[in-house]
Amino acid sequence: MLKLLTAMSLSNEQIQHKLTEKFGEQVFAFSEPYGMLTFEAPKELNLKVLQFLYDDETLKFRFLTDLQAVHYPTDKGRELAVVYHLHNLVDNVRIRFKVFTDINTPDVFTATQLYSSANWMERETYDFFGVNFLGHPNLIRILNVDEMDYFPMRKEFPLEDQTRVDKDDEMFGRGGSVN
Amino acid sequence: MSRPVQFNATPKPVDYKGHISVVDAPEGHMGEGFFATKLSEVVGLARKNSIWPLPFATSCCGIEFMATAAAHYDLGRFGSERMAFTPRQCDLIMVMGTISKKMGPVLKQVYLQMAEPRWVMAVGACASSGGIFDTYSVLQGIDQVIPVDVYVPGCPPRPEAILDGLMKVQDLVGQESLRRRNSDHYQKLLDSYGIQ
Repeated sequence: MLKLLTAMSLSNEQIQHKLTEKFGEQVFAFSEPYGMLTFEAPKELNLKVLQFLYDDETLKFRFLTDLQAVHYPTDKGRELAVVYHLHNLVDNVRIRFKVFTDINTPDVFTATQLYSSANWMERETYDFFGVNFLGHPNLIRILNVDEMDYFPMRKEFPLEDQTRVDKDDEMFGRGGSVN
Repeated sequence: MSRPVQFNATPKPVDYKGHISVVDAPEGHMGEGFFATKLSEVVGLARKNSIWPLPFATSCCGIEFMATAAAHYDLGRFGSERMAFTPRQCDLIMVMGTISKKMGPVLKQVYLQMAEPRWVMAVGACASSGGIFDTYSVLQGIDQVIPVDVYVPGCPPRPEAILDGLMKVQDLVGQESLRRRNSDHYQKLLDSYGIQ
């Protein structure tokens, strides 16, 4: 009895097919920027999708490379995107998975039960964007000072330190006699 | 144990061409078996030629410090032979590198653990004024948390510049009054930083 081996390793079409087979219309917005499959799901399903990608024996996405957020101030209702980068170490395939959440209720389920590395990455995402991860064991600031009361990476907050009084605006291209 | 030997069997005498600097004795009155001078001058002379630095190296300027302390630019010939990596046993804290706002209280704690007399040298642009990192997370100059004696500009400063800064510290140390650390002026300076 011949065992038929698949000629090529895991491809983006196979991953997309398996995801739509399992979740149907709930996974959508498939795209392949620079060859990396990217898709989106509602934020309530993020753990189910991650668990499926982990458990499935052909998909085997068992390494969380990165967990970050992006702030889109103009997309009302979907301002904060939490982005998961997953890696299949056996077949060397990477995918990107996004969930979008409203900035007024930025609650997303935590992935720490599945990936221990998500612990600090979610703390960093909370620290800089204010995404509240439900079920996180220790959601406090990690890189900024503990007394900080705002989320610096959101677009409305300035990069520069506001306590300086000695900056010459002309040198920075603001006002002054030049430009 | 091996006896002390000279491994260089045919040593050539080095010709320094007069480039040897020695520390001159302070001015004073010399007599038969005695030498009278000011205590502050003798103490200043001793202190300035044996400054033990505490390298508080955080980033790139720390690498330049490593180069300064290495053989080519030798920090040891100025008396800073022993880098005491503990604040309890050092005279000069050299803050080299970007200090973030989260690191500020740590730096202050290290400064408080130093014993008088103590001096502070801010090496590099980031320690002096925040450098190019004008952001919400970087302390815009360590003089917001501790009083600084010498600032060495540069990004990073060349080892010669760090040595120049050390020589300026030596000037300060050599000429410091013995009563300075107990004076009101100094107390007011420390109070302005919230240090008792």
